[in-house]
Amino acid sequence: MTRSTKIVKYVSRRLFQGVPIILAIIIINFFLLNLAEGDAVDVLAGEAGSATPEYMAQLRAKFGLDQPLPVQLLVYLKNVLALDLGYSFRHDMPVSDLIFDRFFATGLLMTCTILLAVGFGVLLGLLAAMRLNTWKDAVITVFALITYATPLFWVGLMMIVVFSLKLGWLPTSGMENVAAFYEGWDRVKDIAVHLILPTVTLSLFYLALYTRMMRASMLEQYGQDYVVTARAKGLTERRITFVHVLRNALLPVVTMAGVQVGALIGGSVIVESVFAWPGLGMLAFESLFARDLNLLLGIFMLSSILVIVVNLIVDIIYCFLDPRIEVS
Amino acid sequence: MSTFWQRYKRNKSAVFGLAVIIIVIIMAATANFLYPFDPFRLAGKPLSGPGMNGFWLGSDSLGRDVAAGIVHGAKTSLLIGLIATLVAIFIGIVFGAFAGYYGGRLDDILMRITEIFQTIPSFIFAILLVAIMKPSIVSIVIAIAVVSWPGVARLVRGEFLALKNREFVQACHTLGMNDLRIMLREILPNCMSPIIVIGSLMVATAILIESGLAFLGLGDPNIMSWGFQIGAGRTMLRSAWWVCTFPGVAILITVLAINLVGEGLNDALNPRLRERN
Repeated sequence: MTRSTKIVKYVSRRLFQGVPIILAIIIINFFLLNLAEGDAVDVLAGEAGSATPEYMAQLRAKFGLDQPLPVQLLVYLKNVLALDLGYSFRHDMPVSDLIFDRFFATGLLMTCTILLAVGFGVLLGLLAAMRLNTWKDAVITVFALITYATPLFWVGLMMIVVFSLKLGWLPTSGMENVAAFYEGWDRVKDIAVHLILPTVTLSLFYLALYTRMMRASMLEQYGQDYVVTARAKGLTERRITFVHVLRNALLPVVTMAGVQVGALIGGSVIVESVFAWPGLGMLAFESLFARDLNLLLGIFMLSSILVIVVNLIVDIIYCFLDPRIEVS
Repeated sequence: MSTFWQRYKRNKSAVFGLAVIIIVIIMAATANFLYPFDPFRLAGKPLSGPGMNGFWLGSDSLGRDVAAGIVHGAKTSLLIGLIATLVAIFIGIVFGAFAGYYGGRLDDILMRITEIFQTIPSFIFAILLVAIMKPSIVSIVIAIAVVSWPGVARLVRGEFLALKNREFVQACHTLGMNDLRIMLREILPNCMSPIIVIGSLMVATAILIESGLAFLGLGDPNIMSWGFQIGAGRTMLRSAWWVCTFPGVAILITVLAINLVGEGLNDALNPRLRERN
């Protein structure tokens, strides 16, 4: 079997493995929904102000809420597979539409964060490993240790105090200056300026993580036999580091970037609510206050699926990056 | 014990971390003595800066003493961090021990469940759990434990897999000991060191999760906590920076110290691993 057909087989098997996990998450979702006090009809009745028990019973029958639990679960599964995540009574919109509206903002924030965190993390880790046990290494290590222990929302607030309130360089919140009606490049620039603080805040924690990992990974690779061979061959240290060690050391960092996506989504809830960034995290924060459970569950489900998909993509990239990986 | 301390104190930053944690614990234990009044009560002029009107670290928009909040919040953070970690370790040990010891089908099922919980984005899951159960100490502890046990389960499973075919375990089988006793009394004590290390690091994470939940308004409404203070102070950021700043410093120092202790424990308990970095 050639390598490419092997990879195709591997990918389809991995896709297949994701299915039971997604199914399990949907089932967990369903039970959480049932665990909560009151159902959709109670919410509706509350919104309307008053409702007779007969009318509520009628509504329950209409929504299928009087059916036994297993039947309800099947209906719920069917709905989710049809991308129907329920209805948000607060926003008077289907949950899937709401999520779709906010997806772009979160996607933008997360992409920039990953690029920044992985880029600088690799750079700092590389620097620390090359200057092992010097003051540069010490500074980078201490920096990583401190950022690793700092709560994200606090960093965000401190950034606002320093860069927005005291220095007045950057806007405090939002994604763009809506009142200015910018168009074209002006609008892009406006969004970019608003993007700086949330991205830096969200990437700090992961920056620390990747720095530590890159440093450890570089040191591990330096101890390998092929480095000794390269030295014996008379290669310069610079060439050994950049051509041989760096490539191998990058692999675990790539894996970790995939694994951390779940944590990144959690972080974006906090960062978005600090900076009023109009993405999914902000939507989750709003739905908490509005007690809009359907919406919260929808966001939860979507982010779980996102994690599975990203991990799959990382695994596939990994196959191409490292030909030694056995895909069968 | 003395050799353990010998090894531990070789790591200077770990000793420093331990000292900081002891101070935080003393602070938490004497909270009712240092600030005998309810930290939620109005203690003086609202929005006083640090050092003004008898407030060391200032007061917030409702005249609550920030310093009192920090001291009482230390109790909350440490308690929730510790209890949630213990619960998570208990769940993790049960899952990991059965999966590793019995293997086969049971292992498959248990590890699949662990994998699912590991895939779910943990912070959003914690938010969801607390929101559904209504915010209280119990629901926060449950939520943090539910999102943090999978790591322990994997670790314990690995240890059990490695130990279950050792000679001392086989000897126990020959003596006719039952499985539960072998697992609890023979294998488990032999994998305590990595569990202690991972547990110490989990306390730090648990404190961070708790503060994040409280910041979003999902803390127990009757209990003062650092995250709550920061969440309550964020609207006053322009006029009263100190309300948010000092509780955040408290979180940072505590979490950092716990992480340092965790690394120190790792060095002292697993000398083989020390050469790795």
